[in-house]
Amino acid sequence: MNVILSLTISSLAIFGLVVIPFLGVWVAHLNVLFGIVIPYIAVIIFFLGMIYRVVKWAKSPVPFRIPTTCSQQKSLPWIKYTYVDKLDNPSTRLGVWGRMILEIFFFRSLFRNSRMQFGTGQDVRYTSSKWLWIGAMAFHYCFLVVIIRHLRFFTQSNPWFVTLTENIDGFFEMFVPAVYQSGLLLGAALTFLLLRRLLSPQLRYISLPADYFPLFLILTIAGTGILMRYGLKTDIVGVKELTMGLANFNPTIPEGVGVLFYIHLFLVSILFAYFPFSKLTHMGGVFLSPTRNLENNNRAVRHINPWNPEVKLHTYEEYEDDYRDKMIGAGLPVDKQPAPKEEKE
Amino acid sequence: MPRIPKDWKLPQEPGDFLSDVGHTPEPRVTGWMNTPPVEIKRGMHCYAAKPDRLKKMGMPNPREWSAMDDDWKLPENWKETFLDGMKDRLGRFRTFQLFMDICVRCGACADKCHFYIGSGDPKNMPVLRAELLRSIYRQHFTTAGKILGPVAGARELTYERLKELWYYLYQCSECRRCSVFCPYGIDMAEITIMGRELTNLLGLNIDWIAAPVAFCYQTGNHMGIQPHAFVEMLEFFVDEIEEVTGVRVQPDFNRKGAEVLFVTPSGDVFGDPGTYTCMGYMILFHELKKLGLDITWSTYASEGGNFGLFTSNEVMKRLNSKMYAEAKRLGVKWILGGECGHMWRVVNQYMGTMNLELAEGSKMEEPVSPITGTKFENAKSTKMVHITEFTADLIRNNKLKLDPSRNDHLTVTFHDSCNPARGMGLFEEPRYVIKNVCNNFYEMPENTIREQTFCCGGGSGLNAGEDMELRMRGGLPRANAVKYAHEQHGVNMMACICAIDRAVLPDLMTYYVPEVDITGIHELVTNAMVLDGEKKKTVNLRGEPLPGKEDKK
Repeated sequence: MNVILSLTISSLAIFGLVVIPFLGVWVAHLNVLFGIVIPYIAVIIFFLGMIYRVVKWAKSPVPFRIPTTCSQQKSLPWIKYTYVDKLDNPSTRLGVWGRMILEIFFFRSLFRNSRMQFGTGQDVRYTSSKWLWIGAMAFHYCFLVVIIRHLRFFTQSNPWFVTLTENIDGFFEMFVPAVYQSGLLLGAALTFLLLRRLLSPQLRYISLPADYFPLFLILTIAGTGILMRYGLKTDIVGVKELTMGLANFNPTIPEGVGVLFYIHLFLVSILFAYFPFSKLTHMGGVFLSPTRNLENNNRAVRHINPWNPEVKLHTYEEYEDDYRDKMIGAGLPVDKQPAPKEEKE
Repeated sequence: MPRIPKDWKLPQEPGDFLSDVGHTPEPRVTGWMNTPPVEIKRGMHCYAAKPDRLKKMGMPNPREWSAMDDDWKLPENWKETFLDGMKDRLGRFRTFQLFMDICVRCGACADKCHFYIGSGDPKNMPVLRAELLRSIYRQHFTTAGKILGPVAGARELTYERLKELWYYLYQCSECRRCSVFCPYGIDMAEITIMGRELTNLLGLNIDWIAAPVAFCYQTGNHMGIQPHAFVEMLEFFVDEIEEVTGVRVQPDFNRKGAEVLFVTPSGDVFGDPGTYTCMGYMILFHELKKLGLDITWSTYASEGGNFGLFTSNEVMKRLNSKMYAEAKRLGVKWILGGECGHMWRVVNQYMGTMNLELAEGSKMEEPVSPITGTKFENAKSTKMVHITEFTADLIRNNKLKLDPSRNDHLTVTFHDSCNPARGMGLFEEPRYVIKNVCNNFYEMPENTIREQTFCCGGGSGLNAGEDMELRMRGGLPRANAVKYAHEQHGVNMMACICAIDRAVLPDLMTYYVPEVDITGIHELVTNAMVLDGEKKKTVNLRGEPLPGKEDKK
């Protein structure tokens, strides 16, 4: 795979995924397929796929408790073990919870990121580098906000947190309809992540189509969404009728919903179905990571390995048999005295 | 004992080293999957395991071979063996299964690896080193990989790719620095451990790991020192100590009924400057005898280190078993462990899980310092205490007579050894000890210490002589930080708590920062200790004149 091939494959895939619903709805009028059947299948694949993944991970045991310790251990009572240590090198379940919350909600480890730079000769410097962290936080949180905002399409009366999110998100009411910053930021963050991949030689070298495809897919989803809201207006009442039908398991296909919506919905369906089989499963995997979700208390509390193997040992008795005379010669105590030498006749 | 091979030359100036390092992958467009087959370079890998080592351990495919040969003399069904081994381990290690699935290739780990920094070889970026194995996983174990092949980042396992994987698995020192930065905690060390288990199914170990393993299994220590020789070596130290201090220490061996068993890496019995640390232990124990320390060495459990960690979990267990077996046989209450890096990864994260059954029915109990009465609650299950925890407690309770001015000719910095740092979190104890025995202590830059510490370049069994280029490249970030501390603060001594460090870092310093020497912490401790009945000390353990106490003839 080279970068051009990777980009081509990913773009062609996205192009195909736009054309399919376009032709399907515009030409073949397969509204039921694209508006009802595929979304349901996608959601089913998502849930079954994620369950399959997580069960597969969970079925594989954790033979050893191997947290990566990123701070001082809990040791003698007078050795400082601060709240930072409790989170970066937890010795209790509570500490592990704290560590996982920081990791999952604030990308703690990514926040440590530094950048290595060569100076002259052998001079190497490391500077703090928060750009990846900022880009990742922006992307994930904007995506979350967008998802929360979309809940209005699946509930009859808006839950309070949806309204709240919308109000905050559309805080700058400079335009009508209110411009949600999350959508724009999401696009910006994705663009940053994409450019980073393309411009950094290291990243370009390691990147696969599986890295570009999800970026393109989510960018296209965001693009079609933004286009529907601010550009080519869609029959929002019709859309809500359709989505509410899906949510209430009473699906209908209202008249007058434009093809753009079907493209948007199809791409979202693809994202759902693709999710469990791609690197996007990191969403579930991070919870199970044994270098993060375990206490560093092995010496105080024994961890059990369910398949602790029986192994062949070289016992002390064998060792003494091998070296008894030498040991006696060196004045070392032995457990078994050497057999008396047979008397010479 | 110069270990740099004759047929390989280091660049004259360390700076030249980087002239051939681009630090960016050469190809502008080509992705890593299209790069030509690996070129196995001299100086960048270790010699192959000799057959008798594998025979001793009952491990597969013992034969003479070399990584420089085209034919590695693999068993006929090598591919099947490798893939079956992978399947088996995916089902037994959640880490392996998870780390094969969730990497997003964000690249945060890329420039965190000392081997990548020093070599510029993109396949030494942890993410890519892992992808070498992950691509094979995708091809053989995932549906997407089977259908889409290279588009899904999947590659068939071939002879060439096995060689490439081997080459890079033995260019990782399992230091875990990358895992500190990974947002999902993906630990390259864990993937390397799995990868090396797989190579061992095919008889593809390196001799620098396989030999210590076989020795340790037979004689109880990596160096292959037999019991009588072990005693002789320590008795030689007894004479040395007497010469310097005027005090004659009396170490005990294999003594039943002792309260504490002492286990330390045999490297410190064998080579300078570790020997001075070893003498340090002996002096410390001798001084503490009067205060109630009842301690013995063992010739059977005469190794703290465990090169099994770099071989397979089964071999690690086989070697580690001796500690508990010996503790039980001698009837000790707990074990005190010396300064060693990967030994403490094993003791802290694996030992109790693997072998605690062996201590059943023994007299072992929660460790209590017989001198201060301090309970080491953090070791109540495994019952093994790190010597810097033990000594820090002694100093805190004023049990040692210390004269730190005896170390005044030293300006000391501390190198956090990878394993106690990232597999334990032992940061404050060694620093507390150093600061109490030395007046001049300075840290290296913050991105190079504590949990972000850099490997010495020779961890995980890579501290051989034939891979000197690899070691000098991998050690570059550490050396660079030492150089900085030397230039800024006049540091001339780097303390560490790892026997491999003490074997590896002197070469690294000679090459990059010849003004800086290497020491273990307990060498510093006992040089500062005022001993009962000591003669007027004029030199330290190394025979160097003490500041202000030079012989006036």
